[in-house]
Amino acid sequence: MSTLNDALTRPEAWSGMLMGNHALARAMLEAGAQVMTTYPGSPTPEIAAALDAVPKDARRYYFEYSTNEKVALEVAAGASMNGHLSTVFFKSVGLNVASDSMIQLPLMGLEGGMVVVLGDDPGANSSQNEQDNRHFCRMSYMPMFEPATPAEAYEMYIEAARLAREQRTAVIVRMTTHVCHAKQVLNFGPLPAREPDWTPRFDPANGPYIPIAKTVHPLKRRALERLEAFAEKSDASRFNVILSPNGSAPLNGKRLGVISVAIPAYALLENLTQTEHSIDILKVGLSYPLPRNKIAKFLTDHDEVIIIEELDRVMETEIKAIAWEEGARCRIMSRTTLDELQGELDPNRTNDLLARHWPDLFEPEPQGSAGDQQLDVPPRLPQMCPGCGHRSAFHAIKAAIDEATITVGDIGCHSLGNQPPYDMGQMIYSMGASSGLAAGLSIGNDARKIIAFLGDSTMFHAGLPGLLSAMLYDHDFTLVLLENGTTAMTGHQPRPGSGEIGEKINLVAMFETFGVKLIKDVDSYAQAKLTAAIKEALDHKGFSVVIARHPCMLKFVRDQKKKIPGFKMPQVEIDQETCDRAMVCVEKFGCPSFTAHEDGSVSVHTDLCIGDGSCLPTCPVNAIGRPKPGAKK
Amino acid sequence: MKPMNIYLSGVGGQGIGLLTEILSRACLAAGHTVHGCDTHGLAQRGGTVVSHLRLGEAFHTPRVPAKKADLVIGLERLEALRAADLMLAPGKAVVYYDTMYQPIHVRMGRQPYPKNDVLKRVAKEKGARVERVFVDDLPDPRMQNVALLGRIAALGLIEGVSTQVVEDALREVIPEKALDSNLAVFWASGRAA
Ligand SMILES: Cc1ncc(C[n+]2csc(CCOP(=O)(O)OP(=O)(O)O)c2C)c(N)n1
Repeated sequence: MSTLNDALTRPEAWSGMLMGNHALARAMLEAGAQVMTTYPGSPTPEIAAALDAVPKDARRYYFEYSTNEKVALEVAAGASMNGHLSTVFFKSVGLNVASDSMIQLPLMGLEGGMVVVLGDDPGANSSQNEQDNRHFCRMSYMPMFEPATPAEAYEMYIEAARLAREQRTAVIVRMTTHVCHAKQVLNFGPLPAREPDWTPRFDPANGPYIPIAKTVHPLKRRALERLEAFAEKSDASRFNVILSPNGSAPLNGKRLGVISVAIPAYALLENLTQTEHSIDILKVGLSYPLPRNKIAKFLTDHDEVIIIEELDRVMETEIKAIAWEEGARCRIMSRTTLDELQGELDPNRTNDLLARHWPDLFEPEPQGSAGDQQLDVPPRLPQMCPGCGHRSAFHAIKAAIDEATITVGDIGCHSLGNQPPYDMGQMIYSMGASSGLAAGLSIGNDARKIIAFLGDSTMFHAGLPGLLSAMLYDHDFTLVLLENGTTAMTGHQPRPGSGEIGEKINLVAMFETFGVKLIKDVDSYAQAKLTAAIKEALDHKGFSVVIARHPCMLKFVRDQKKKIPGFKMPQVEIDQETCDRAMVCVEKFGCPSFTAHEDGSVSVHTDLCIGDGSCLPTCPVNAIGRPKPGAKK
Repeated sequence: MKPMNIYLSGVGGQGIGLLTEILSRACLAAGHTVHGCDTHGLAQRGGTVVSHLRLGEAFHTPRVPAKKADLVIGLERLEALRAADLMLAPGKAVVYYDTMYQPIHVRMGRQPYPKNDVLKRVAKEKGARVERVFVDDLPDPRMQNVALLGRIAALGLIEGVSTQVVEDALREVIPEKALDSNLAVFWASGRAA
């Protein structure tokens, strides 16, 4: 079976089926990118998985998981200043963390060129919002490509890298979730034959690199001049094209067109190919700066144009300005309802937009085409895995707190604590926010106790400033660090200090050095001990830390299976005679490996139980046990 | 070849990614133009996970639109039902593996797990064919997917995707040491068609 390593390192041209993220990784190597950095987050982690699949000694590039997106961006920028083509990639909200440095990029001379790959998430498939990062290129004067398919992602990356190098600047490739994860057959080119050149070329003369009062305007002017150069390129770009699947001709005496970008443009193409209507699509791919002359001509050539983009009305506002400035007499229509301004656009939704504006030509989709569940069947939300230490932690903590306690969640697998049956973590904000929020909630509050949760990767990402501040001011809450040794939610990337990269960091010693007065360190499976530790910490007046630790068991089992073929831990069993049907294991502890039967009995689902035994201390009558050695199943 | 929308749905951890991988290789080998995508993004197991496969040159986007699936493949009973309700076009087919994973609302007694006849009812309303797959004494639950493939191939539910074509794809993807046991399940499930 061909592996990711093969896909990335085959020197010759080849073709095969890959997902957008893997195609991007191949594009990086073909373009000769030398330094790649990231902090994990969906929809982009598979780019990292591909780059990381090549054995270190076979890499002609440097790749790192940085501690957060801002650091990742800075590392890539530094490499580019040294003359090396670099690329940073992260998810949509990662840009919020990186933006303080991102905004400076276009002011700098980036000798090697740099590509910023953003993974936006229309539909909020795996993010806390669906922010539209197309706004950011306008704020920072950075050109942007918007691919609609893996093939376009591959081609646009290579073009973005070429332009970035030529213009000594940074260019954005904005992916969206279903471009990242889409798969199709792609035709790849060869890898460059020459070895990478690691000569450090940093030279202050390529700057200035110091933006202070006097130099800010010349730097800004240079950024704006580059943008003007890109405006010409946008008009000439092969990525800004008119598609006319049914030919171009007036319909009922009117010339009709649509301007669209990314996946919606192809959804419209699918709509049109199901009809015979001769409607033109101006598909924009190099989307910032917009191809002004092409757009002006399209508006003049058509009597009615609908602008269809996903999320905010970004392109639309600028196109309307172009129409006004150019005196185009075309009627421009767009998305206007709140529903239309949210979520992903697929062929059903673009068809409904066409039908709303051109009811003579298109019929709206029948009921249910939005994909809303109509049957009354139970939802199936993601849940903590069998054996997850976070479940054990929530179960033990629940026993230590009262109804009035305020529980502040954070981002990670432990965010799932807010779901039944745990109902813990009453707010989730952004990565690392829990300490700051808890500090604010504690001010002037002697009546209600406060617990803040935090994951270990998140602590190093953006959690440290908040918890340090809380410690310095001795805000009265307990921080529970849910320590599973990895960045679990995004697919087990190494976290700082786990020992996978560099040395291990002793967390207890770290908190001691900071000066935290009460620190507890407990294995989450030790239910009684953890409950007691939480009680003690909550009784402590001021800031306290409880480390609830247990390795991520999904990762543990996978790692063991790689090391020991056929690795399996003995599954637990329920002694039906002892079981008094208190249902704690099913309803309160909530491990998915338990099945509740209509007759009130409980059994262990043998497809699911990993034999972790985290449930053992939760049964009030000790009915759960390990099979006795020698006993037949 | 006729365009076709295939929608797969299961529970995180059941191995839907590998199933889709094998199926898309088989579709490519059969001469289809293939677009597709899988759910990615949460490491945890246990939530609904879906995959889309779109066969045909007229498709340019990766996701099957709601109510447009020609074939729904369910890796679990409730997910087959959910997918049939959301995605199935009238007059088409559902193939599902008959296993049950209870979601938390069921385990907590807040909502019942749907009875078997609900899927039959939904399928009847849509004029769809339902095919139940179940193999006794599977050596490994991940082979449920291979059982599904065996049935889909034997019934010829996807144009050009014959038993031989799927078997070749299995041979490419399944590691050598697990191949024989998987092929045995594949053939057995096909024979039960
Ligand atoms: C700014 C930002 N970057 C990345 C992500 C994606 N993300 C979600 S959870 C998570 C890390 C979780 O790791 P950890 O804190 O160790 O918790 P665990 O999942 O292991 O419980 C990341 C990186 C995000 N939501 N926001």
